[in-house]
Amino acid sequence: MGKSKLDLLQGTLDVMVLQTLEIMGSLHGYGIARRIEQVSGNEVLLNQGTIYASLVRLQQRGWIAAKWGTSDNNRKAKFYSITKAGQRQLAQDTAYWQRLSGVVGRVLAMQAEGFEQ
Amino acid sequence: MRHLLREAVNRVRAFLREDLLDRELDEEMASHLEMAVEENMRRGLSPEEARRQALVRFGGVQQARELHRESRGLPWLDVLVQDLRYTFRILKRDCGFTTVAVLILALGIGSNIAVFSVVNTILLQPLPFRDPQQLVRIVEKNPKAGESTKTYTADATQDFQQQNHSFESVSGYFAFTAPDNFKLEGSGQSIPATGILVAEGFFQTLGVQPSLGRLFRAEEFVNHAQPVALLSYPFWKTQLGGDRSVVGRSINLSNSSVTVIGVLPHTFDFGSVFSPGAKVDLFVPYIMDDFRDDGNDLALVGRLRQGVSLAKAQNEADQLFPQLYFEHKHPEYGKGYTGQLTGLKEYVSGKLRRSLIVLWCAVGLILLIVCVNLSNLLLARATARNKEFAMRIALGASRRRLVLQLLTESLVLAIAGAIVGLGLAYVVLLYLAHQGSLALPLLRMVRVDGPVLAWTLLIAIGAAVLFGILPGLRMSGGNPQQILKASAGGPGPSDGKKYDRLRSTLVVSEIALACVLLVGAGLLLRSFLHVLDVDLGFEPSHAAAISVDSDDGGDAAKRASIWQEVVRRTTAIPGVEVTGISDNLPMSRNRSWGIAAKGEQKTLNYIDIFVYIVSPGYLEAMGMRLMEGRDITWDDLANNRNVVIINQTVARRLWPGQDPIGRTAVTGGTETQVIGVIADVRESSAEDNSGAQMYLPATKQFGPEGVNLVVRSKLPPTSLAISVMKTLRQINPGQPATEFKPIQALVDHATSPRRFFVLLVGIFSGLGLLLASLGIYGVISYSVTRQTQEIGIRMALGATEARVRRDVIWKTLRLALVGIAVGTFASFVVARLIASLLFQTAQTDPITFVGMVILLGAVGLLAGYLPARRASKIHPMIALRTN
Repeated sequence: MGKSKLDLLQGTLDVMVLQTLEIMGSLHGYGIARRIEQVSGNEVLLNQGTIYASLVRLQQRGWIAAKWGTSDNNRKAKFYSITKAGQRQLAQDTAYWQRLSGVVGRVLAMQAEGFEQ
Repeated sequence: MRHLLREAVNRVRAFLREDLLDRELDEEMASHLEMAVEENMRRGLSPEEARRQALVRFGGVQQARELHRESRGLPWLDVLVQDLRYTFRILKRDCGFTTVAVLILALGIGSNIAVFSVVNTILLQPLPFRDPQQLVRIVEKNPKAGESTKTYTADATQDFQQQNHSFESVSGYFAFTAPDNFKLEGSGQSIPATGILVAEGFFQTLGVQPSLGRLFRAEEFVNHAQPVALLSYPFWKTQLGGDRSVVGRSINLSNSSVTVIGVLPHTFDFGSVFSPGAKVDLFVPYIMDDFRDDGNDLALVGRLRQGVSLAKAQNEADQLFPQLYFEHKHPEYGKGYTGQLTGLKEYVSGKLRRSLIVLWCAVGLILLIVCVNLSNLLLARATARNKEFAMRIALGASRRRLVLQLLTESLVLAIAGAIVGLGLAYVVLLYLAHQGSLALPLLRMVRVDGPVLAWTLLIAIGAAVLFGILPGLRMSGGNPQQILKASAGGPGPSDGKKYDRLRSTLVVSEIALACVLLVGAGLLLRSFLHVLDVDLGFEPSHAAAISVDSDDGGDAAKRASIWQEVVRRTTAIPGVEVTGISDNLPMSRNRSWGIAAKGEQKTLNYIDIFVYIVSPGYLEAMGMRLMEGRDITWDDLANNRNVVIINQTVARRLWPGQDPIGRTAVTGGTETQVIGVIADVRESSAEDNSGAQMYLPATKQFGPEGVNLVVRSKLPPTSLAISVMKTLRQINPGQPATEFKPIQALVDHATSPRRFFVLLVGIFSGLGLLLASLGIYGVISYSVTRQTQEIGIRMALGATEARVRRDVIWKTLRLALVGIAVGTFASFVVARLIASLLFQTAQTDPITFVGMVILLGAVGLLAGYLPARRASKIHPMIALRTN
């Protein structure tokens, strides 16, 4: 395997799910899990089962909606889609993550410079 | 923040729809796996491999399910429900343990509930009036003799009403009402009724509104006003059948027609606030003009103006009262009252505060003992459940989870105990509230209400934590490996010893607590016995009194002949020894005048004195002892002779060192000749010293207020009542069906608060003793069981039965002795705190302390003897073979 997979930070899965649904529209649990795996280049350590805890949490907060439907290959599945509130939340979370990663990046960079001086 | 609220609501909904959501999730996961398998197969994997990989990528299905539940529902509630289910299963399995634990808790919590509701009603709750904190009772400072020095004349009252600026209103009631002073004539027999005369604005001052009709109006307090009456709720209900149309109608009250203007609410209970234990049936206006020359007779209640402090009002009262004249018509009688203002609540229940707090502490101790006992029982079980818990720890349960599980068990036990205890307390309170003979204020209002329920919950939870936490920590703290390894032969010996020490400590503290309770109860009991032992100055047994209706039209000669007839004919009843009449009985209401010795000095030095207007034979009928001189005769009554019998206190104070017989005293404005001296009679209660007393014949000068016939007979009062009533009806057909009251009942009424406290503290200490002995028994019995093998070996090696028995008993005694030593020390401290409640009993009363030591020692011995006997019967062979 070489490089070990990334452990997911608390709350990151929720953002990824929201983003996936924002881009992909309506999707079932398996689709969401597969999509995240593909996009992350299989770098994320994701037990696909944990996606359902995230989905129910988002649903309870009113950020996504769910409805039973039929998949492409005629299988009964629950389809999720992002709501208005979910989009607002996603915007907030995106801004937050970008700021955070920017800050963390800068702090780490500064430490490296400081060490050299 | 809206999403948090929504999430909370959804979580509760999810918790309630658990099954449905689980099913949906299962379906969803199933279709998820199918899709994964399909995709894998499309990539060319074999069906088996495709499924295997799909499952690997998914992670655990069960974990996903649990994670799902945690994120959507109420995980802590899930845990709680789980724990509760488990608890019920465990408690059902250990049925015996559960029953004992719940019963013990029910006794402990029940007694706490009962005492709390008494304390709450009498001490904590405000009086049931409007803005009760503004109500003030006004009495003379340093009241010396009875109610007369706690009351004011009509003139003084009116002056104070007009001159003060501190009070919104001041009113009062006639303080010398005899029970059954009215008779309600209706269909058939007349019914005796007690009516209180209240001054103008009395109910308005208290803030009481009638439940039917209206209150008195100003024009009903003037001379020759149309007579009106307000009825008490119970009287209206029972005697007038709760008939609403009675308002506005006339009733026949003591042969005059009186209009009923209203009915007071059932929440208003005059007796329980102003005269504990008395039942009051109706109220009539106190018309000032009728009482102008009758001396002090109004008991005053005032309502402070908004924003006026008690201190400020007191200040004003201190200036006003000394300037008040006794009577406007006779300014020569002088002026000069004092007025002590006391909050009405404080006046009513202040005296009881200490007793009630002691009682409260006593039940607190009981609860502590109960908790210690429960802790002990749980620890005993802990050893048995050691393995179970070790197993659970080994399977990954956290310590916190185990402690919570054990606390859940305690809580379930405590709440079950509280529910049963609430039932017990309810019955006890119902009984107490209907004890008319108990002279405790407000007792009739005692009941289980909101604050009581809140208190119940509080002590149930408190108790659960208290008795559950120690065993909880102990049980969850063991080393699972060790315990499981030792499981083959039961609990390891070292472990048992550790529990033993803890349990011994608990038992010692239990004994110490019981010790304190016993000493407290013992001291109070000794005080009570001393009170009963007091020489009352009269003989309450074998005597009974009945209030007699006599219509003499205010004519002294006619009254004398009626009285003589009543006494003559009742004395003639077979079995009756002697009868006599007085207008007043000891330890009931009282009234005082002044008396002075007539001597050489010009000015007379009056002392306050209790007055009794009597007939010949009364002293003998009461069993009072004539020390010197003679009794009153019928001749004294017939000839209006001014004679008086005084008690020893008066003789000592007016004529110290001299023979009082034949001397002249001045009382009620009349010169009277002293004809006899009687031994002092305890006037107000068995505990207070006797005051000055005098007995006057009912003559023209000294009219009686009410007529009480006292009958002395060896026959029981019930059998006597019929023949006495028959005789009275022959003399006066209008005689109402008044109650025949044993004189002992008067004494009992006066001692009832003390009796009440002694009884309760006694019961509680008995309970404490029982629980402590159970505790000792439990610990010793358990340690014998645990040491069965050891004892067997010792016996096999030659120890005799007696030796084994002695060892076990010695172990018990050691526990008991340590507990008694600690308890005795604590008792000395507690005894000092209750010193003011004691009567002629030292705080360090040796009999009480020695008695407690012997009693506890004996109970300890008994509790140890049973297991000791069992130990000595252990058969070595069987003991060794069992393991």
